[in-house]
Amino acid sequence: MKNPIEALNKIFDSRIRLGVMSVLIVNDSISFNELKQLLDLTDGNLASHLNTLEQAQYLKIHKAFIGKKTNTTYSITELGRQSFKAHLDALEKMIKGI
Amino acid sequence: MNNKEEQLNALNDIRKMMDRSSRFISLSGLSGVFAGFTALVGAWLAHVQLSSYLNQSGEYSRIGYDSDLDLEYNLLKIGFGVLIIALAGGFLLTLRQSKKKKLPFWDHTIKKLLINLAIPLVAGGLFIIALLVAHPGTYALVAPACLVFYGLALINASKYTYGDIRFLGICEIVLGLIALFYSGYGLYFWAIGFGILHIFYGMLMYFKYERAD
Repeated sequence: MKNPIEALNKIFDSRIRLGVMSVLIVNDSISFNELKQLLDLTDGNLASHLNTLEQAQYLKIHKAFIGKKTNTTYSITELGRQSFKAHLDALEKMIKGI
Repeated sequence: MNNKEEQLNALNDIRKMMDRSSRFISLSGLSGVFAGFTALVGAWLAHVQLSSYLNQSGEYSRIGYDSDLDLEYNLLKIGFGVLIIALAGGFLLTLRQSKKKKLPFWDHTIKKLLINLAIPLVAGGLFIIALLVAHPGTYALVAPACLVFYGLALINASKYTYGDIRFLGICEIVLGLIALFYSGYGLYFWAIGFGILHIFYGMLMYFKYERAD
C-alpha cells in the first residue's frame, strides 16, 4: 500500500511557507511588507522562506521602485499553483483516510 | 489522532490566510446600523421639507420666491449631510473594529473594497446629477437610481469583504426597481433601502461576526 505521506510536498512542511502560498493563491500579487504583516514575521525569517519557494519556482519576484524605495512584489507561478493544489488534495485524502 | 489534528490545523491556517489576505474583515456591522439611523433622520427631515413645500408654508410661502430651486437646494443639503455623517461614523466604527481584531486598517484589502465600491457609486452619482441638471421633471427617478446604483456597488464590493453584503446589494436593487413603478413614493423606498435595510443587515452582521468573537 502506498504511504499517503509521500504525496505531501516537503516544501510545504513549514507552516510559514504554507501561509505564503495561501496568500498568493488568492491575490494576484502582494508586497513583501504586506506578507510580513499578514504572517507576523521578521524580515529575515520571511525572506529565507520566500527564497526557498523561489528556488522551487513556485513564485515570481517582481522588483519595482516607488520613489527611491524598492517595492518587491510576489506572485504565484503555474507550477506553484499546481503543487499547492496537489498538496491540498493529499492533505484532504489523509484526513479522510485516517 | 495527533497527525490528523495537525493536518486539520494546517488546513485551518490556510483558510484563515486566504480570507484575511483577500477580504476586508474589519467592516463593522454597527456602522451599518449607524448609517441606517442617519438615513432615517435624513428621510424625516426631507419629508418635513417636502410637506411644507407642498403646503406652501414656512420658508416656501414667500411670494416671488423660486421655491422649486429652494427645495432642491435643501434636499441636496440633507442628502450630503447624511452621506458625510454616515461615512464618518462607518469609518470610526470600522477603525475601532480593526484595532480590536489587531488587523491593519489601511491595507490592500480595504483599497480593493473602496475602489470596487466607488466605480458604480461614482457612475450613479454622475447619472443622478445629470438627471437633476439636464433632464427637468425626472425627480421621480432620483430615489430609485440611488438604490439601484448603490445595490450594484455593494454587489461589486462584496467579493472583497463579507459575502453577506452581496445579498444586501440584491435587496437594494430589487427595492429600487420596485420604486421605479411607484412614482411619488421615492422617499419611502429610499428610507426603507438606506434606513431599515442598513439597520437590519448591520445588526445581522454584528451578531454573526462581532458578538461571536
